[in-house]
Amino acid sequence: MMQILSILVENKPGALMRITGLFSARGYNIESLTVARTLDPTLSRMTIAVDVDPKIRAQVLKQINKLVNVLQVQDLTEAPSVARELILLKIRASMDARTAILKEAEIFGARVVDSSTDGYAIEVTGDPEKLDEFIDVMRSYGDIQVTRSGVVAVSLEIKKLKLAPPVPAGVDAPEPNGVLQ
Amino acid sequence: MSNLISGAKMLLECLVREGVDCVFGYPGGVTLPLYDAMYDHPIRHVLVRHEENAAFAAEGYARATGRVGVCCATSGPGATNLITGLVDALMDSIPVVALTGQVSSKLIGSDAFQEADTFGITRSCTKHNFMVKNLAELPQVIHEAFYIAASGRPGPVLVDVPKDVFQGQAHYAPVNAIHLPGYKVYTEGHSGQIRRAATTMWEAERPLIYAGGGIVLGKAAPELRELVELTNFPAVCTLMGLGSLPGDHPNFISMPGMHGSYASNMAMTHTDLLIALGVRFDDRVTGRLAAFAPHARVIHVDIDPAEIGKNRAPDIPIVGDIKRVLTKLNKIVAELKPAAAGRNAAARQAWQEQVRAWKEEHPLTPAISTTEIKPQHLVSEIDRLSNGQAIVTSDVGQHQMWAAQFIRFSEPNLWINSGGLGAMGFGLPAAIGAQFARPDKLVFSLVGDGGFQMSIPELATIANYGLPVKIVVMNNGYLGMVRQWQELFYNNRLCAVELDCFPDAELLARAYGFKGRTIDKPAELAPALEEAVKEPGPYLLNVKVAPYENVYPMVPAGGAIHEMVLAPPQPVAVA
Repeated sequence: MMQILSILVENKPGALMRITGLFSARGYNIESLTVARTLDPTLSRMTIAVDVDPKIRAQVLKQINKLVNVLQVQDLTEAPSVARELILLKIRASMDARTAILKEAEIFGARVVDSSTDGYAIEVTGDPEKLDEFIDVMRSYGDIQVTRSGVVAVSLEIKKLKLAPPVPAGVDAPEPNGVLQ
Repeated sequence: MSNLISGAKMLLECLVREGVDCVFGYPGGVTLPLYDAMYDHPIRHVLVRHEENAAFAAEGYARATGRVGVCCATSGPGATNLITGLVDALMDSIPVVALTGQVSSKLIGSDAFQEADTFGITRSCTKHNFMVKNLAELPQVIHEAFYIAASGRPGPVLVDVPKDVFQGQAHYAPVNAIHLPGYKVYTEGHSGQIRRAATTMWEAERPLIYAGGGIVLGKAAPELRELVELTNFPAVCTLMGLGSLPGDHPNFISMPGMHGSYASNMAMTHTDLLIALGVRFDDRVTGRLAAFAPHARVIHVDIDPAEIGKNRAPDIPIVGDIKRVLTKLNKIVAELKPAAAGRNAAARQAWQEQVRAWKEEHPLTPAISTTEIKPQHLVSEIDRLSNGQAIVTSDVGQHQMWAAQFIRFSEPNLWINSGGLGAMGFGLPAAIGAQFARPDKLVFSLVGDGGFQMSIPELATIANYGLPVKIVVMNNGYLGMVRQWQELFYNNRLCAVELDCFPDAELLARAYGFKGRTIDKPAELAPALEEAVKEPGPYLLNVKVAPYENVYPMVPAGGAIHEMVLAPPQPVAVA
């Protein structure tokens, strides 16, 4: 099944590598991955769609949580959330098909971002299943080329970020103190 | 400005603040500034003969003391040679900090001489790794590395330092606090779950304690013993947990799993309450998971949340530091005891007797012959001479399994072996680290003739520092465990397992300036081992053992652990 994860990670060297490396080492298949800085430039937010056996969903979360630079992982698969993807699609179409293409694009809420004698470049966002349909429809009008952004998602729940407190450095540092709730 | 110090000196200052007294390493081009700073520094540098052994020695140090072991290597080949040791430490959760030099910042990415992407390569070999991009962050990073290595579920951490960072000059202000907001360590254990565990324990009819390496790492052997004695439940210790309960403790059964005893595996299969403490339900312990402990409810205590439910879903999960959890658990178990201990007492008594009967039915008894030295005889003699007190290091394979079956360790941190990774060539360098850490201890390095030949360069280190390590080679002329599998599962088509050439041990040891000897008669065994122990310096004892002996019991890979093969197939008499 497809599991959607939202990961808040410190922008430290190798942060992306640690996450993708963990996925490949443990045999989890990444379907898509998007990453960009948050409002706080020291942090990045990743959305990862991963194809996993439902039995190991909890294990995937726990393994990501163990990474030192990961501040928070949320499983949005079944949680209240919105997931969207962006597609840039180029279509070569004959002149007589162009009006129909524009009509279809309008139905899907797509925008033409370039028009030439060859055809159109179209931008569309939506949930990934709807975009699959859009691609199918466009394919029926001519040759297409598609670039998908991969899914980005946002949780609709307010979840407090729990962070580890600072600890003293050096050999006399006391053991940390925490309970898993 | 006089109060500027170099990055190299700053690094050493941080090591001092972490309580480091010795570093196992091998110098090279980019670590020259670091070695220059070490020249007149009190931290002892132990020069090994191969970087892989620096990592293994650091592990030996850590495994013998519970403190962080430190190793050091140069860039490129130095760093890549550390890899096996890092993965070994990762698999067995051993706290190690590895320091590697890197080419100067301005050369990174230019395929410079001895450049390798150490940071990228070691990402999957470590609990965490760092590259220090500028001198200002060096002290912070070093303290973070030690904190990550030692806290929570311990593991190896690598810090890659470019040469110009070693050489740079800056003011040194000691770092007092570190902040890793994403690094959460859960130590306390959920008190409600701990209470539930205690209650459940007194309800069990056939309880079994399953203790692992977490007890050793969490320094919780006294608390484990208290629990065992409070409840009088039988207990097994995994390969990594041996010594966490004394080997001669009346409640201790033995090691479970692929080469575990009959009684241990039967107890695992028939228990109705498995109390899993600092274990990870490794495939070598569980055999076929679906058939493992099929009647048992499971209490699982571990500091790593990801271990809970990874292989076996527990009924009562507890995430926490094993020492703290057991302290709380013991308190409640003791509180409940007067009222609850009577319940099911008869059933538990019968269970104790059943376990005893299994032990008597197929005891682990060492094979002894008058004509050839049986490998089991050799490990029993080591057991006799160590009296539960010596440190024994091993590689991986038959000798390791026999040692685990027959040597009784009275405390943790004595049995030092490559468990999860199963790395040959581990035992000898680990003994070097252990002997530096515990100069007061008798250290046996029990290795096979295969693994020994991977570690021969370290004989120079042993001779160099006059380490009184007793190297005992269990020499059957084969890669014994591989041969055992070829024999049993590949129609005895022995391929690439004969080790036909082995050096003359006496000459080899003498070449390094210490004593050595080869024996092959059972009558020589005890006196030769005694002579080795009496020798104040190092000793190499090459013991030629019965070449075709195999390790039993054995659970074939993928089998259920109660389906053990107890002994080699016997030839059938033909009338």
